[in-house]
Amino acid sequence: MATEPLQKLLEHAFPDASELRIEDRTGGGDHFQVTIASPRFDGLTLLDQHRLVNEALADPLRDGTIHELRIKTKGSE
Amino acid sequence: MTELRERIQEVIQNEPVALFMKGTPQFVMCGNSDRALRALRKAGAPVTGVDVLADPAIRRELSAISGWPTIPQVFVNGELIGGADITEELGASGELTRVLEEKLGADYRAEAEERTASVLTPA
Repeated sequence: MATEPLQKLLEHAFPDASELRIEDRTGGGDHFQVTIASPRFDGLTLLDQHRLVNEALADPLRDGTIHELRIKTKGSE
Repeated sequence: MTELRERIQEVIQNEPVALFMKGTPQFVMCGNSDRALRALRKAGAPVTGVDVLADPAIRRELSAISGWPTIPQVFVNGELIGGADITEELGASGELTRVLEEKLGADYRAEAEERTASVLTPA
């Protein structure tokens, strides 16, 4: 899968993100690195921050479109 | 509740540090499981590895329990810590050591022996 559909899902879930990047790590369309900075992460544990990203990408994770997902989250500070 | 789910929950509850991974600590089959294992080893954690590749049902049941979609998954004293990225990040910041001390006691390194556990019924 190209990164655009995933980018859309993330933009929808994090409309106020100050940084939102998704990279295809291997060029194979199934190993992705997501980097998001959003005030939604403020005050949340790392676990809950990653949960929000996993929830935004629940469908492609469930159907196997995403084989591997690496996540880097940042709050607004 | 299925028997498999019960066995997975037993491991989560009973093992000080449970690492659900692809492969075993001795023979890791995935780069992300390896990243989590390395971070745990560096922190001196007593890791119990569970190979999710042994049966596809393990991963399904595990994610149903934890609400976490990917492998690996690290639990300390029954509580989900996170996947490879979180474990690595907590390891790099020193937070992982603090979490292990808080949950397992300051002398948790004393029993830092690696084990493997199976959640499948012996054939």
